[in-house]
Amino acid sequence: MPTEGKAWKFGDGISTDHISSGRYFHLRSKLDELSKHTLEDARNDFAPNVQQGDFVVAGKNFGLGSSREHAPTVIKILGVGAVLAKSFARIFYRNAITIGLPVIICDTDAIKEGDVLELDLIAGKIQNKTQGTLIEFPALSEQMTAILDEGGLIPFIKKHGDLRF
Amino acid sequence: MGKTISEKIISDHAGSSVAAGETTIVRVDWAFTHDASGPLVLKQLKELGIEHVADPSKTIIFIDHAVPSPQKDLTNNQSLLRKFASQEGCHFCEAGTGICHQVMAERFASPGQIIVGTDSHTVMAGALGAFATGMGATDIAVSMALRKTWLRVPETYKIIVDGSLAEGVYSKDIILHLIGLLGADGATYKSLEFHGKAIEEMPMNERFVLSNMVVEGGAKAGLIPSDEITRSYLSSRGRDETFVPVTSDSDATFERVIEIDSSDLQPMIALPHAVDTVKPIDDIGEVKVDAVFIGSCTNARLEDLQIAAAILGGKKVAQGTRLLVTPASAEIYAKAFKNGTINTLIEAGAMITPSGCGMCFGALGGVPADGEVVLGTTNRNFQGRMGNPKAFTYLSSPAVAAATALTGRITHPKEVK
Repeated sequence: MPTEGKAWKFGDGISTDHISSGRYFHLRSKLDELSKHTLEDARNDFAPNVQQGDFVVAGKNFGLGSSREHAPTVIKILGVGAVLAKSFARIFYRNAITIGLPVIICDTDAIKEGDVLELDLIAGKIQNKTQGTLIEFPALSEQMTAILDEGGLIPFIKKHGDLRF
Repeated sequence: MGKTISEKIISDHAGSSVAAGETTIVRVDWAFTHDASGPLVLKQLKELGIEHVADPSKTIIFIDHAVPSPQKDLTNNQSLLRKFASQEGCHFCEAGTGICHQVMAERFASPGQIIVGTDSHTVMAGALGAFATGMGATDIAVSMALRKTWLRVPETYKIIVDGSLAEGVYSKDIILHLIGLLGADGATYKSLEFHGKAIEEMPMNERFVLSNMVVEGGAKAGLIPSDEITRSYLSSRGRDETFVPVTSDSDATFERVIEIDSSDLQPMIALPHAVDTVKPIDDIGEVKVDAVFIGSCTNARLEDLQIAAAILGGKKVAQGTRLLVTPASAEIYAKAFKNGTINTLIEAGAMITPSGCGMCFGALGGVPADGEVVLGTTNRNFQGRMGNPKAFTYLSSPAVAAATALTGRITHPKEVK
């Protein structure tokens, strides 16, 4: 089912400290509170204004740094439909799939702040409705698709009764 | 077809032969978490509907991020973990014991194992020849519950380091140089294997620095073949029997080979706010520093503190500069206390804190003021990393850190001899 939302642009090298800073460590057991500071050190207008279904659109190596699962979790809590980036850091990428947040590797240069995007995860297509353009992206690996399809690793394991592909 | 170290260890734990690019399910030897992610691990275990860990003897809980706890919410979380560890009968390393990666090396990690932890610097155990990698809380909850995880077998970059090291140059300078070469995403999803004469001759404490920081280039693991130096380290820790020789086959496939002549290196500095913005110390100009931090899982071992003490001994930290030292573990702290190292550092003007992650990640003491410059022996200098997005962090070896503490500006150790 395609989802629609607005693009929030970020640059290259957005770290897990930008996404969920260590100085809010004490809020980690209050994820809703923690999510109010999502990406604060990159753009402090993001968390207060992002709408359900909007997209985080970034450059290279999104999510580098720490293994804190809180980073994709707070993005998901804010209702972000997917993170689009030219590339992702490994742990962030895996964590996003694990918690059921779609992460898409594609060329994000042409997407502008505020563009309205329609994402079709299954078809591997993003319509830029503002610009009238189409971006295609490669499918995730078979195993990652299987996990994401169930909404994350925990629902996946619950459904199959075990971790097996 | 020969195998890399990653392919060998993962094949051993998958029960079938796998090669780079394949995805498989593996048995896990150690799964650990700490107070920064542990509460989320417990929440996810509950979500999973699994009440007990599969094997408490292979499960470890550390309290190392907020020690001593500055805030009741954090203390409550720590209590939760303490209670869980006690109920499950798993290993528990109390606040003050040390940083998880250092304690993993001291007590648990051995060659040929698969180790997963809720921390990106889990890769440090790769220096002992273990396939060790960081994951999120849910993945670790699953690893604890089922004693297995899924892995994509990484391609490997072979890093060959030959040459001697000039005076004042350490493995920190090699790894900073390498991260500068690779870029912060240059080794994403890859495993790095370190070879060459400089590695073969390198003591364990220096090897840990290399493996610890491979994640700053995006790597999934940083492996060093196990050898006599590994064996003697394990033996000194009472784990002699866990030694197994681990190395890659001579006909293994490496995606890339990078050769470094370490005799050309001078002390290297990573500039704010990226670990891959690396320059030789002579090329950075004058950089005044407000605080120096010798700590973290990267560079706060006994040898690091001794290097610092040798430079600072009988002298004083520059006026207007503060020096914080956080030994990586209680054991290191005690040894440094006993042999006079701590005394030397205190007399020079250092402030010593309990063992833990401390100033490195900005949740505890030592947070810099707006506009301040910090030089750390740590692994990351991202904006806001040390708790203030308006501060600037540079990274270096302990020797440069100590020399810098004396002058108040980033200084080559040879300048203060």
